[in-house]
Amino acid sequence: MSRKTLAASAALALVWGVQANAQANELTLCWAAWDPANALVELSKDFEAQSGTKMNFEFVPWPNFADRMLNELNSGGQLCDLMIGDSQWIGGAAENGWYLKMNDFFDANGISMDAFVPATVTGYSEWPKNTPNYWSLPAFGDVVGWTYRKDWFERPEIQAAFKEKYGRDLTPPATFAELKEVAEFFQGREIDGKTVYGASIYTERGSEGITMGVMDVLYSFGFKYDNPDKPYDMEGFVNSPGAVEGLEFYKSLYDCCVAPGTSNTYMGEGIDAYKSGQVALQMNFAFTWPGFEVDPNVGGGKTGYLVNPAGPTGDHFAQLGGQGISVVANSDNIDGALAYIKWFSQKDVQDKWWSLGGFSALRAVVEDPGFAASQPYAQTYLDSMAIVKDFWAEPSYASLLQASQARFHDYVVAGNGTAKEALDGLIADWTEVFQDEGKL
Amino acid sequence: MGEGAGPGGIAALGLPWNEIMPNPIDIAAKATPPHLANRVRGLSDRAIAWIFVSPTIFLLLAINIFPLIWTIRLSFTNYAANKPNAEVKWVGIRNYTRILTDEDIWSHMTTTAHFLIWTILLQVIIGFTLAWLINRKFKGNDLLTTLIVIPMMLSPAVVGNFWTFLYQPQIGMVNYIVEFFTGIPASSFSMLGPGGLAPWSIIIVDTWMWTPFVMLICLAGLRSIPDYIYEAAEVDRASKWRQFWTITIPMVLPFLMLAVLFRGIENFKMFDMVNLLTGGGPGSETLLTSIDLKREAFEKWRTGYSSAYAIILFVTIFGLASIYVKALNKVKER
Repeated sequence: MSRKTLAASAALALVWGVQANAQANELTLCWAAWDPANALVELSKDFEAQSGTKMNFEFVPWPNFADRMLNELNSGGQLCDLMIGDSQWIGGAAENGWYLKMNDFFDANGISMDAFVPATVTGYSEWPKNTPNYWSLPAFGDVVGWTYRKDWFERPEIQAAFKEKYGRDLTPPATFAELKEVAEFFQGREIDGKTVYGASIYTERGSEGITMGVMDVLYSFGFKYDNPDKPYDMEGFVNSPGAVEGLEFYKSLYDCCVAPGTSNTYMGEGIDAYKSGQVALQMNFAFTWPGFEVDPNVGGGKTGYLVNPAGPTGDHFAQLGGQGISVVANSDNIDGALAYIKWFSQKDVQDKWWSLGGFSALRAVVEDPGFAASQPYAQTYLDSMAIVKDFWAEPSYASLLQASQARFHDYVVAGNGTAKEALDGLIADWTEVFQDEGKL
Repeated sequence: MGEGAGPGGIAALGLPWNEIMPNPIDIAAKATPPHLANRVRGLSDRAIAWIFVSPTIFLLLAINIFPLIWTIRLSFTNYAANKPNAEVKWVGIRNYTRILTDEDIWSHMTTTAHFLIWTILLQVIIGFTLAWLINRKFKGNDLLTTLIVIPMMLSPAVVGNFWTFLYQPQIGMVNYIVEFFTGIPASSFSMLGPGGLAPWSIIIVDTWMWTPFVMLICLAGLRSIPDYIYEAAEVDRASKWRQFWTITIPMVLPFLMLAVLFRGIENFKMFDMVNLLTGGGPGSETLLTSIDLKREAFEKWRTGYSSAYAIILFVTIFGLASIYVKALNKVKER
């Protein structure tokens, strides 16, 4: 080998060595592009300072988040070392080997799942559900709730008009029946020279929007995914009389009380409608609440926060959102990713996470005596997290979701068929999916 | 070129041209290593031609033909790309029968056909009319042509997004224009919502965007007609109407048919703009087959099933395009 070749080889090896070392000291965290992601960037600066690891972030807007990240995981890509994936992905991620199983790591590092809000452990970490098999650490608790214009509710002339019409005081609605009354009352009303509307609800067709909205209502009307004693037996549960009534209610709310042109709206459109003073009530995930508090139009005490109202029989549930943080099994820096999760699970880090706008799921944080008063929405968040239910988290969740998107949108927005037909059709679609999966 | 600079000039100096300025072929020949030159010298022209085209053929096979054959193979299985470790079963023609007997898919096909027929019809009528008007010489002709073609220069994603705002019942211009002309309150109807307007709304946007393309092709056709044909018709005292039907239309027809072919193929696989405008809704009123196929393939991950779906769509468009191209050739031969 000539001297020149030898020198070139040595230089190449040096470059590779430096690159490999740099990769070992870097982590890429993948999540959705939204406000909490910005808070996490801020929080992670402490980890960088302590560990010397450089954090990179890959954030994708919500409408494309699942597409982009599930493609990444499916293709065995190495873009992400850490993934804050949606709760419904957990079944597929576990069964397809996308995420690293965390049990041994938790045991070795004294991280107990008992330290986290139970609903978040079940929703974000366990697969199969209700078994001690953990695939993530609960990272961001989230739930669908409601915001309302407290300042409008407190105006004497509005209170008087409401009492005259409904014979009761205008109070934050505790049931869906009350919610609809309030929404009807505000629909088309002139406030400060502007026409306002009753409510903003989820109607988005393309990804998961209308399903999240409809389910948020259906649970409290008696909907169940399947027979508790016979998994995947859906007849009489998905299309129970209560579920039919719930779906009819959602359509009636859409027909009576939303702003014109809201046939394809989700989280972002809801935020815009509420902040611009267009609606009196808004259905949205809790992650939006810190943003309202600092908004010049609706912040500073103008907004009230509501737990999802109860159904006609008093059933009281809410749609779970939120995510756990997982290590991507294909990562070439698993040790670094686990070190991040260990750091993230600490009480002081979780305290700071909450203070920055991240919804901590650590019980030591949310059960702290000062927590409920720490933010105007803190108590509502706690109460909501106690009543959550989640959509199917099966490996085939995307097929199940697309079926519900089509059925619900077709009935609620397009106005085709009846609620019973929509739910019967949904059972047929879901049955086909489970048959394909070999579960029926 | 100056006298002394060209071959003639050099020849006038009494020097052979290739000694002063050797041509590139000679340079390449001299630069070729002798062992390679000997090998090439022994090859026929046909062999050399194959050497040159083989990289392209290889790429074509790798990028087009192989995936097509692979897709056909997958279409007879239950393969799911998100389950690489799952057993892949041969399911025969089950995927095809499920698709062809699925009422929802026929409904999406009907939606696609509705979109395809109306967009092409409107674009041909408006595009040809615009081309016919632009073809007349008038001041500002070039500027107007440039302005008209602007929509087709935009990205479909951008078009989808800003038409969402234009169609917004409270702030969008479209509803206010309708209110101005009809008196129907702007916020009382939604172009993209329920009420049956959504399929027409996507047709309007596509027509707005792609009519200029049809216009440009028609304009090329109109400008290819020699003036002497019209002059001869004038001499024969043919009316303008007769000139239009017996000269203009027949001579522009091949161009028009080409535009229809391009737009037909493009709109059969329309995805981005409609997905942004409606996401396939309300319900499934604007769910085109391409959007449905994407959801089956990359959201539900039913790879085998969606492969069969893709093959059916491919055969449909390929069959229709083949028949159409034959008709086009007959028109050109007339």
